[in-house]
Amino acid sequence: MWRRSAGTCSGRETLHMKFPRVKLPWPTVRWRPRVRAGMLIGALCGLLGFAFAVQVQSTQGSTLESARQEDLVRILDDLSAREERLRGEIAEQQAARAEISSGSNRSGAALDQARKRADELGVLAGTVAARGPGVVITIDESSQRLPAELLLDALEELRGAGTEAVSFTGGGISGRSVEVRVGASTWFADRGDGIAVDGTQLTAPYKITAIGDGQTIAAALNVPGGVIDTVRRAGGGVRVEQVDDVTITSLRPIKRPQYARPAK
Amino acid sequence: MIAVAALIIGLVLGLVLQPTVPVVLQPYLPIAVVAALDAVFGGLRANLDGIFDDRVFVISFVANVLVAAMIVFLGDQLGVGGQLSTGVVVVLGIRIFGNVAAIRRHLFRA
Repeated sequence: MWRRSAGTCSGRETLHMKFPRVKLPWPTVRWRPRVRAGMLIGALCGLLGFAFAVQVQSTQGSTLESARQEDLVRILDDLSAREERLRGEIAEQQAARAEISSGSNRSGAALDQARKRADELGVLAGTVAARGPGVVITIDESSQRLPAELLLDALEELRGAGTEAVSFTGGGISGRSVEVRVGASTWFADRGDGIAVDGTQLTAPYKITAIGDGQTIAAALNVPGGVIDTVRRAGGGVRVEQVDDVTITSLRPIKRPQYARPAK
Repeated sequence: MIAVAALIIGLVLGLVLQPTVPVVLQPYLPIAVVAALDAVFGGLRANLDGIFDDRVFVISFVANVLVAAMIVFLGDQLGVGGQLSTGVVVVLGIRIFGNVAAIRRHLFRA
């Protein structure tokens, strides 16, 4: 065990000099303070060992877990700065790649893009023939004439169901069937013994060709109080046929806008 | 002997129990351990010098730990906790080196 100092202060402890040790009557308190001091020292050393082991183990886990708050903030800052820099690099490299890949045929690519866009808009505007999956709806009328509102309702229902191209077909004046492509300005009116669509006289049976999601369209038409319901109540017959590939060839004339101009 | 045995028991206890350090104590524990190590090496040196004193050891041990923790606490309050703990570790490290050098001279006469 530690030897007891004989009252001299240890070289590095000024504390001891300031509080000189009081010599107690030696024999009376000989063993008690020694034992107590030994126990105290043992307890302290045990505490040190315990704390040491605990600290070592907590450090051996995740290094971030035991990091100080300000260190974590600094690490986070570093990482965000790095991320930002790398993102900038990515953007630069992508721009460079786009430039290189378009490079010589940039005007060609732009032209292709513009053509594609014109085609897409043409399909929606009805100036380009359209093809795709959809439905063919045939509406037959009985002795009771179907009103123009019914076709309008059907068209609204189809638009609500997300169709992209619609055409109405019916018997024309000359007896041949006529197809009318539907556009933004399409109108319906009762005329004669049929319905005028965009000024073209159609007679029953009407055939509506729509390009879109067949199931959605069928569901939209089938709602209670919907188009099919109304036609049946008017004594007419409706047949909805989902087709994988349907083509609408009729076109709308391109009308130059008289008042509206593109606003940039 | 008691001290060494207690140290080993403490180490084993810490390894076996694997307690998690409370968040409040997390910044202080490493510094406190280094400060306590400094006190222990000081005690070892004093023992070899033949001037070891129980009271001095206990007081220096506790005071070292408390002062180290207090410096870290103050540093944290002042916003220089990281730098101040580094400073404390450096100072304690120098002292440990000095004590170990003295112990070495005692043991190896070199």
